[in-house]
Amino acid sequence: MIRLILIVILNALISNVVLNQFLGICSFLGVSQRINASASLGAAVIFVMTIASAVASALYSLVLHPLGLDFMKMIIFILVIAALVQIVEMFLKKKSPSVYKALGIYLPLITTNCAVLGIAIDNIDKFGYNFIESVFSGFGTAVGYTIAIVLLAGIRSRVVEEDIPRPVRGAPIVMLAAALMSIAFMGFSELQPVIETALKGVGQ
Amino acid sequence: MSAPLIILITTLVITAIGIVVGAGLVFTGKKFHVPVDEREAEVRECLPGNNCGACGFAGCDAAAAAIVAGDAPVNVCPVGGGPVAEKIGGIMGTDAEILERQVAFVRCKGTCEASGLQGNYVGINDCRSAVLGGVNLKNCDYGCLGLGSCVSVCPQGAIKLVDGVAVVNRKLCVACGLCVKTCPKGLIELVPESKFVAVQCMNRDKGPQVKKVCSAGCIGCTLCTRQCEFDAIHMDGNLARVTYENCTQCGKCAEKCPVGVITPPCPAARKEA
Repeated sequence: MIRLILIVILNALISNVVLNQFLGICSFLGVSQRINASASLGAAVIFVMTIASAVASALYSLVLHPLGLDFMKMIIFILVIAALVQIVEMFLKKKSPSVYKALGIYLPLITTNCAVLGIAIDNIDKFGYNFIESVFSGFGTAVGYTIAIVLLAGIRSRVVEEDIPRPVRGAPIVMLAAALMSIAFMGFSELQPVIETALKGVGQ
Repeated sequence: MSAPLIILITTLVITAIGIVVGAGLVFTGKKFHVPVDEREAEVRECLPGNNCGACGFAGCDAAAAAIVAGDAPVNVCPVGGGPVAEKIGGIMGTDAEILERQVAFVRCKGTCEASGLQGNYVGINDCRSAVLGGVNLKNCDYGCLGLGSCVSVCPQGAIKLVDGVAVVNRKLCVACGLCVKTCPKGLIELVPESKFVAVQCMNRDKGPQVKKVCSAGCIGCTLCTRQCEFDAIHMDGNLARVTYENCTQCGKCAEKCPVGVITPPCPAARKEA
């Protein structure tokens, strides 16, 4: 249990998917104008990423690895994740039209979000997690994404009210804010050795 | 494992996954099918589909839904323009009046000559900044400042400054309304493209006051309102205003106006009438 919590913390804060690994930048910058929209996108990402990690991990350990098809995992993951998002979209449209409406165009965009594919592959290649660990890793990563995007949306809602020098108005100031956030998140890397030692101590 | 075997297994596995996923999608599609307005799908077909968001909705799907729900006009898509609006109008059964393309129109005729300059403005070259600073370039408090905020905001390059007053090129204008929002004096409005007759002044002061500050301003003499046979021009305080729906572009008001502040109908429009 402690191991799973540590995995969540590791993925959410220390190796934050956006600010540390630079995945999912597109939606990070695109959907961070308003806190509400970015929070609901974060919720959608948590949902999709957790399921995608589970499905990808199961598919890998049950089908691909036994058959020696490790090299095909990227293509198959893309296929499965894209279909999964489609299904989630249809489900939301029927069951929760308000959430569907709030997410608008952004839900289909998650299909092509590299962060979802990236974490599904990292779970296997980089960390070597098993099924349960993959699910928590996906969840933790998505929480990290949500934290990052909501923080940026908060900053942006303040920035629009400020008198920004003309050359950096608009997109550039957002990039600067994101860069400073990234540097701030580097502070968490101090925790990394501690958590890694703890992970070894807890064992499997 | 030999290479052909690996290829065979790969093909089989991917096909199998494809079939399972496809079946899953079909099943979910059936199970969670939401009946949509037929027109919505048709409208969506007509829209360009590049999800640019220029209409102000989250994408073409959202715009189509808004059009069908009546929350957006049929010509909401600035990219598709006239042809797309016509097609959508056909689906929605909207009549031609709403279909008509709109263009921006600057309601000021106070050129540097007509409404003299108060002094030499040295400052930020932007109307909004000037207004915030309480600066008026010309003698008229209501008129165009001529610093061209609308010119720089226009994505089509349809606005030009002519002699210190913004003028819209009707052919280039796509009626996006950015200039309408930008003008700090609220001088720009959207008018139907075929309506040329309009009172080109926003000065609400009384006649003598207007005369002092601008030679081309509406003096509120009400001659035009008495001239109109179609009930299309009214006084709004001290300012005449054309009701575009009623106007037949006869141009009698423009002929009669003593200060020439009413734009005459274009020769082409007169032939049509």
